[in-house]
Amino acid sequence: MSKDAPFHKVAIYKPSIHIAGENALIIYFAEQVSSEVSAKVQQAEQLIRQAMKDDLAVDIIDLVPSYASIMVVFNLLTTDHHQIRRKLRLLLHSLDDKSQEYSHNNKSSVVELPVYYSAESGPDLAVIAKQKKLTVEQVIEIHQSIEYRVYAIGFSPGFAYLGEVDERIATPRLSSPRLKVPKGAVAIADKQTAVYPNVSPGGWNIIGLCPVDMFDVSVTPIMPVNVGDKVKFKAITKSEFLVLGGELPEMSGTLK
Amino acid sequence: MGLLVKHSGMLSLIQDAGRFGSFNLGLTNGGPIDLAAFQWANRLCANELNATAIEISIGGLALTAQLDITLAVTGADMLLTINGHQKELWRSYHVKAGDTIELGFATQGVRSYLAVAGGFAIQESFGSTATVCREKVGGLTGEKLKAGEILPCISQVRKQNLVLTESLRPNYSNDVVLHTVPSYQQQHFSSHQQRLFFSSEYTVSKSFDRMGYRLSGKKISCDIDGIISEGICHGAVQIPADGQPIVLINDRQTIGGYPKIGAVSSVDTAKLGQLKQGDKVHFEPISMEKAHNYFHLNLSLFNRKKLDVCS
Repeated sequence: MSKDAPFHKVAIYKPSIHIAGENALIIYFAEQVSSEVSAKVQQAEQLIRQAMKDDLAVDIIDLVPSYASIMVVFNLLTTDHHQIRRKLRLLLHSLDDKSQEYSHNNKSSVVELPVYYSAESGPDLAVIAKQKKLTVEQVIEIHQSIEYRVYAIGFSPGFAYLGEVDERIATPRLSSPRLKVPKGAVAIADKQTAVYPNVSPGGWNIIGLCPVDMFDVSVTPIMPVNVGDKVKFKAITKSEFLVLGGELPEMSGTLK
Repeated sequence: MGLLVKHSGMLSLIQDAGRFGSFNLGLTNGGPIDLAAFQWANRLCANELNATAIEISIGGLALTAQLDITLAVTGADMLLTINGHQKELWRSYHVKAGDTIELGFATQGVRSYLAVAGGFAIQESFGSTATVCREKVGGLTGEKLKAGEILPCISQVRKQNLVLTESLRPNYSNDVVLHTVPSYQQQHFSSHQQRLFFSSEYTVSKSFDRMGYRLSGKKISCDIDGIISEGICHGAVQIPADGQPIVLINDRQTIGGYPKIGAVSSVDTAKLGQLKQGDKVHFEPISMEKAHNYFHLNLSLFNRKKLDVCS
């Protein structure tokens, strides 16, 4: 450590590098989820991606950043895990030095997503309200009140895991998943919330529908959000939802 | 112009070597489950190793050629006929416009690969032609092949047909050893549970597909129920609450929250992908160094094997 290193209160995690598979390592940043850990993950991802444009271009094939880890897939034809570990350690070391300036420079964008919350678009709204002894209006209000962070993208193309949901409306997954969750469904599972990018099976509690495409190959960028971005939900009316291109799926029958 | 699909078979998919570099969008790899057989089909057509071909699972594909082209089928034992005449796999043929190419159902192994000279000319999505049905990405439409579709290719006839000598072809057995690097949450499995896992026989259950192979056998328990969702690599062995291992392969989801005990070498996931319900596997632990060695030895063996010219 340089003696000039500024003292700061941000907790320094010692990232540890573990084996994932024959051509994959995984860097763990912490054992819990927090926005600080997520910011660290995001900074490290940016550093590795930068190196992937340069001296690691052939050696690193892909990255999977998540809540508290980054999986690094490397090229077995050009390198091995010792070499990759060494290079990652160097990068992570510079991360410690740079964390201060990053936290100042790093402006994640805030993406606003409109949601049509209603009984017809959110079949689990009433259930959550009843379970949590709240009114439906309160559930909607609480869901909108938080600026969520994009912690990870995965599960299916464009599926962004957002957190953290207010304790008062955090609801566990359905005991048996629906076979068909509609495209655009805004849903809650424990302290996570998300917008389903496409029709898929799923066990999250549906509280509304979002007319914005979460994964559209015909536009740039393909996804409106990236890991590290902030998301705010904003209630809209049914007619606004339809004007924005939203479509109401046939709820009865398909949702249950 | 190209090859017209007369019968699609159970599950026939356009695949190149796979989609890499799009994990940030939540897109998985796709690509051939048995990479070795896929690459042999391309070598037999004197193609680049990652040229776009068709992966046929179980069998039943029938095509009509609309042009003259060199073609080869490798992989699982499926009865290959051209215009009703039985033909050998692991060999290239010159088919003519109007010829019918049919594949029966697999008697040994599950997946075969049909390549044409020059590869199929498919528009790439996210840098690859690999079809992942779950994501509706790749191939012609993001779906499996359907009767009536035309698989575009350019007429290319190789001067010589090639064959892989029988003794050099892979044997598809019903009992496979999966060399596995202990990794991820390995420390959350007690040494007793790890010994149990690495010494027990597992059977392929009825749930096996391009996402993963669900196995049944000795229940493995873990100290923890779940983990913070994290990246899942190819070959990762997930142990869900029921203790029955799932080996995750090409079409797996990119992140997940079940504990994982290790990851199977890609050399062996190719063999696993040729198994069906009731077939047996054993897991054998290997170090990362041995896994690299195993990978490179296998690769050098593949490169050393030469094809013979045939008439």
